[in-house]
This record gives sequence, structure tokens and C-alpha cells, in this order.
Amino acid sequence: MSRRITIDPITRLEGHGKIEVFLDDAGEVANAYFQVPELRGFEVFCLGRPAEEMPRITNRICGVCPEAHHMAASKALDALYHVEPPPAGKKLRELFYMAFYVTDHTTHFYALGGPDFVVGPDAPAAQRNILGVVAAVGKEAGLRVINTRKQNHEVIKIIGGRPIHPVAGLPGGMSKPITEEERQFIEEVARQNVEFGLWSLDVFDDIVLKNTGYVDLILSDAYTQKTYYMGLVDANNHVNFYDGMVRVVDPDGVEFAKYAPADYTEHVAEHVEPYSYLKYPYLKKVGWKGFVDGKDSGMYACTPLSRLNAADGMATPHAQEAYEKFYETLGGKPVHHTLATHWARLIELLYAAEHMLELATDPEITSPKVRTIPTEKPTVGIGTVEAPRGTLTHHYETDENGILTRVNLIVGTTNNNAPITLSIKKAAQAMIHGGEVNDGILNKIEMAFRSYDPCLSCATHSLPGQMPLEVIVRDPDGNIVDHRSQYLTP
Amino acid sequence: MAENGKPKLALYWAASCGGCEISVLAIHEKILDVAEAFDIVFWPCVLDFKVKDVEALADNEIDVCLFNGAIRTDENEHMAHLLRRKSKVMVAYGSCAMEGCIPGLANFADREQMMQFIYHDSPSTANPDGIEPQTRTEVPEGELELPAFWNTVRTLDQVVPVDYYLPGCPPEAKWTIAAVEAILKNELPPPGSVIGMDVSVCDECPRERHEKKIKRFYRPQEIEPDPNLCLLEQGLFCAGIATRAGCGALCPGVNMGCRGCYGPVEGVRDGGARLISAIASVIDADTPEEIDAVLDTLPDPAGYFYRFGLAHSLLHRTRLAQANGHKVAEPFEEIPHLDPKLAE
Repeated sequence: MSRRITIDPITRLEGHGKIEVFLDDAGEVANAYFQVPELRGFEVFCLGRPAEEMPRITNRICGVCPEAHHMAASKALDALYHVEPPPAGKKLRELFYMAFYVTDHTTHFYALGGPDFVVGPDAPAAQRNILGVVAAVGKEAGLRVINTRKQNHEVIKIIGGRPIHPVAGLPGGMSKPITEEERQFIEEVARQNVEFGLWSLDVFDDIVLKNTGYVDLILSDAYTQKTYYMGLVDANNHVNFYDGMVRVVDPDGVEFAKYAPADYTEHVAEHVEPYSYLKYPYLKKVGWKGFVDGKDSGMYACTPLSRLNAADGMATPHAQEAYEKFYETLGGKPVHHTLATHWARLIELLYAAEHMLELATDPEITSPKVRTIPTEKPTVGIGTVEAPRGTLTHHYETDENGILTRVNLIVGTTNNNAPITLSIKKAAQAMIHGGEVNDGILNKIEMAFRSYDPCLSCATHSLPGQMPLEVIVRDPDGNIVDHRSQYLTP
Repeated sequence: MAENGKPKLALYWAASCGGCEISVLAIHEKILDVAEAFDIVFWPCVLDFKVKDVEALADNEIDVCLFNGAIRTDENEHMAHLLRRKSKVMVAYGSCAMEGCIPGLANFADREQMMQFIYHDSPSTANPDGIEPQTRTEVPEGELELPAFWNTVRTLDQVVPVDYYLPGCPPEAKWTIAAVEAILKNELPPPGSVIGMDVSVCDECPRERHEKKIKRFYRPQEIEPDPNLCLLEQGLFCAGIATRAGCGALCPGVNMGCRGCYGPVEGVRDGGARLISAIASVIDADTPEEIDAVLDTLPDPAGYFYRFGLAHSLLHRTRLAQANGHKVAEPFEEIPHLDPKLAE
């Protein structure tokens, strides 16, 4: 008897991701589908708006990562108006962005993905959450996590104007400089962030790397797929979140492409499937070959792990040290084990903290000159940043008055739509046999999904720390033969 | 009330960005007080309760429901009706539920335009077979379903009666705390009230103000404003003049004009119309022609005056279309600019 397993938000809401697993007569996995059931159409309703409003409009795509949209939009406006922010303006944007990265990666590691390891993948669902993490690492450590988020939100508010949905980004820079007093506070937060980043890697070392069971899980076939990897790099091919060239490496780790973000349509195309509102980007020069990995498939991933694979190293000393240890431990580059993404995320957190400190102590950071007034007519502007969940591209075209005539957006998680689908299928195939499904198995399937930190807020509303799921097993007539629910992290 | 004497609280999100949920969590340590003081019966973002648990409650059993997000799908509408029936007090939490917010700007376009651009015309889409997402798709292993979404974004009170409004995109934590405290002390204002201040953003803004006489508008990238003077006086569009206070004038604090996320000032039904008359009153002009000339320096008046309130405004879609002489705007064609006088 063939069966179907639906992993759907517990509240059965539209607007949330959904996983459908089909079993064959023998109870083995025949196929698995990942669906995104919402479309909001920012690309269309922004037409007719003045382009300079986009940093304040597109941040409403997502209340979890509004800073990423705010920055991509501001950079697209620089390009649109053919204007460069003054050095302090650019540095201020980067400083803002590093504080955001520390906050965002902290949320994911401690509330979302981390509990699978810190508490354990087979622990009861009720303990696999942030409270379980606090129980495992201690209350003081838990408060440190909460405080890190709170302090960095304050930095985001100082520079961006608001803690959620910031407003300070403009064509040519930022709307307000920071004072020396504000800088001192930000420097102090950055110092604490560096300590926090180092400590978090120690936590990972103690709890995950010293546990051979976890290391075996990370290295297992269920969580391994060989795709192309994408990420922004600086002039030294080091990971960069704010600026640089897009670099793509093939499944052997060899550079496949390196291009200016404005050339994205030459390199990336988006495939459409009828069962999801979210498109599937792939490498145009390799082609869409379906949900398969390998060198002949244009599928690419764009995650912390992908960024490390696509770069030659990190631009700050402690992060570089961690980067080297990462590849030594996991057997060289590239690493294809998707669960290693959690470790890569902590290395990125440390880089963001170190770079934040560099920027906060840069003598130029308090310069009052944070804007360049544009003088040229607007035309086309493409702005790209590395959002925590993937390369984020905003593409605007306007008339000569700067009124939008065309808008195209490729958001972070969208890049990973195809690899997420494949990861779910691989994990399901490895875990489900003879039709046997239990909570531990379901969690291990969801771990494949979770390593990408999919922020479907951009198309749905899943929030950090929460993805309650319900699983229904139906016979071919649609009758429920098994029913489980599980509270999927925090 | 629950058996333990605590009031029952439900929190829900419909079509929203997640920022409201983050804003509820931004009350930090107070969230523990909320968890202590209330019996939280439904909060899909945080707690493992299901819709069927809500369905099992008696009508009016929930004391207060904080509902964020607009109404875009039949699921959103179903949940609005269900929670209304089960709740004594329904609060529209945040700009989407109250006014439609930025996602409500989708009412300038329609579903077909979105499908056409996103799945066919976008510069990165490769779709030689012309595939569009379908509500039902046959795959070799079975059938997959997707929900349909509607053409029009609606506010919560366009679907069910609402008792209170908590404005902001997202609401500032202090007002969330104020609302919770008012509920606990049973000191809620009369039904229909907006929980917040009844003055305008200007009253919270520390910038110096003089008599306003605007001869032209500047766009934010065109000038570097004086950091101490009223932005509107300097010709930068600022909606603070007709927007409810409560945010602490955060945007003017970083030299950026208010865009009106806290909604209209007390007693105003159509915030856009109020904003138009407020802006018109500070224009330095003697004749309608001169007023038009000044307004011509402000592009996209509809998008400025109705940035957050389009879905809730008196401007219905048909009027919008009529105002522009055609049924719907075509992709790549300039979205019609509304004549602000129509809103009066």
C-alpha cells in the first residue's frame, strides 16, 4: 500500500513551507517535495514607486532579516544613481550589517539549529529548544545569548534608526553619522561579540566535535550532496557579506565562475515548477537538470558552508584560524556535508564580530561625511549582499525621474530552494524504511531542512525558533492511518 | 478566564512579515511576566497548540486575541472568523491588521500581473513551457496542492469586528506592554479605541518647527537636511504631521521623514486624505495652479499618502482603476498615479 506523509505547519496555515513525502508499496521513499505556498508580488506593486523608497519598502518582505533587504536596496540605489558612498558611509553600512549578522547567526545557532546538537537529535521534542540549550550550557550562558541579541539590536537602532525595519539607507550612503559616544558603545558591543564568537566555537567543540556520534552523523551520506557553491568574495577571495564579486566553485572545489553581481542574469536563471510559488535558481551555463546533484546539474547552494567553500579563506585572524581547523577536521575542501553548515555559521559569526570591531575602531567611522548627493540620471541599479541565508539581489530599473519601471528580486533562501528539496529527499530516503516513521526519524529529516536556516518569512512566516509541524500519514484513499505532531524546535 | 483565574490570551499571524512577532518578543524580560499573568491558549509561532484546540474552545472563551497580519487568503479569513467567535476582545495588532501596511500596496496591482511578471517576464526566469503554479498538480506519486491567493489585501476590520487597534510597523514594545497592562488591570479604553497617543508624531519630534511654507518638495537623496530643523519645512516629505505619535519619532531622528506607519491621528478614518489636506495646508501657494506645481515635485502621491493605509482607505480598487481610466495597470507600464484630490 503506498502512503503519503505530509509535514505541514501544525496550524495548517497557508504561507508556511510544506514537505510531502510519498512512500512506495514497500514503504520506501518514492519521492519528496518541498512546497512554498505564498506569493506577495513586491516586484509588481513596487512599480510606480520612487526608487529611493525601496530600502523602506522591501524591508517589509521579512521582519526577521529586514537589514539584508535594506542593504541590498541601498546598494542597488547607489548603482541606479551612479554614485559611490563616501568611505565612512560605506563603513557605517558594513558596521550595521555586521551587527545584524552577529544577531542573526546567534539566533539560528542557539534557538533553531543548535538544539539538534546541543540537546541531541533524539532528545524529546519538548527539550529540543532554546530552554534545552540553556539547561545544557548553563543559565549564565543563556543570558549571554539573550544579551548578545539585545545589544546588537541596539546597535542596529543607533545606525539604522529603528531596531526592526531600519530607514537610514539612501542612494549614496547613510542618512546620519554616528557620534563618538555611540561609537564607544558599539566598540564595546563588538568586543563582547568577538568573545562571544570564540566562546560559541568552544561550545561547538565541546558538545559536537568531542561526540563521535555527532561527527558520524555530520559525515553520513544522508546529509551529503555534491553541488556547486556560491558566495561573495573580496579581492583576496575571502568571504565578504557586504560587497565583492560572486564566486562559484564546482563540486570539486574548482572556481567555475567569478562575476560582478550586476551580471547575475548571465549566470543564474530561475526554473518554475507548478507545485510551488517559489522558483528554483540554477547556474545557466550548466543548465537545469532537475533535483539531482553532481557536476552536470546546475543546482547550487548558498549557505554559510557554501560561502566557505566558495572562498579561499576569512579576512580576520580568529575566523581564519577557525576556517583552517574546519577543513582539516572535515578532510579538506570542499565540504559537502550539509550539517557542517552549523559550524560554518559560527565561523562566520566570529568573522562578523571581528570585522565589526575593526570598523568600530576605524578612525574614519565617526566622520560626518556619510553621504554623496547623486548628480546623474538614474538608469539601472543592481545591488547584492550576502544575506545570512544566501546571495540577495535587488534589481531596479527606472525612468529618468527615478520612478520604478522594473523590479526583480532573488532573495537569499530562494537560491537554496532546489538543494533544500534534494536534502529533504536524501534524508527521507536514508531514514524511512519499511514505512516506519517516528519522531526521531522526522526530526532527522527536518534537520536536513534546518541546516539551511530557511527564512521563508520572505515568502512565508516561519520565525527563528519556531516551526511546529504536523505529520499525517495517509493511505491512497486519503484516510489517515497515522498521525503525529511534533514541535520542531526552539 | 482559565480555571487558575488567569485571563486567556491568543496571538495569531495572518499575512505578515514576521516583524510583529519579533516585536512581541522585543518586550524582552516582560515576556516572562506575560507568560506568568496569562494563560496563553494559542500562539502558533511559539507554542504547540493547533487550530483544533481553538475550535474546541467555547465561544468568547478567549479573553483577548492579538491578531497581526492582513487578510490575503481564505485561510487568513477563516482564522479571523474563528478567533473572533472565540474571543471576547479582538485587537488588530500592527499596521497590516489595522491598515494593510506595505503588503496592502499590492492592491495597486492584481494577481494576473504578478503571475505574468514573476513566472514569465522577469529577467531571471527561464520558463520555456510557460508553467505557472497551480492549486492542484498531478505528480507521478500523487497530487500536490497549493492555496490560491486573492486579488485584494484586506484589513482585519474589513472581515470581522475589531475592538482595539495597536498601530505601528511594527508596534513599539512600550505600547505592547501598555496594552497588556491595561488588559490585566481591566482598564481598557472604550471599544473601537486605538491604543496609543492621541497627538501627532510632530509632538514627539525634537526638531525645531517654524511656520511651514513649502515652495517645492525635495527627494531624500537630493539634499542633506539640517539635523535640527523640521524636515517638512526643508521640503522633505514627512507624514508625521498627520500620523499618530507613539514611535518616539524614530525616523526623523536619523534625518528621514516619517512615512506614516503608526496610521492616522485620532478620529481620522482615511489617513491618506487627512495627510493630503495637512500637506496642502503648508504649501506656499495662492492659486490651485500653484498648488499643483508644488505637488508636481512630489512623485507618486498615492504611494506616499497611502503608503501604509491603502487597503483600509476609502479608495476602493474600482475607484482606483476608474481614476486612471483603465481596468488594471499593465506590467512595465507606469503604475497609475492617483490624483490626490480624488481622495478628498
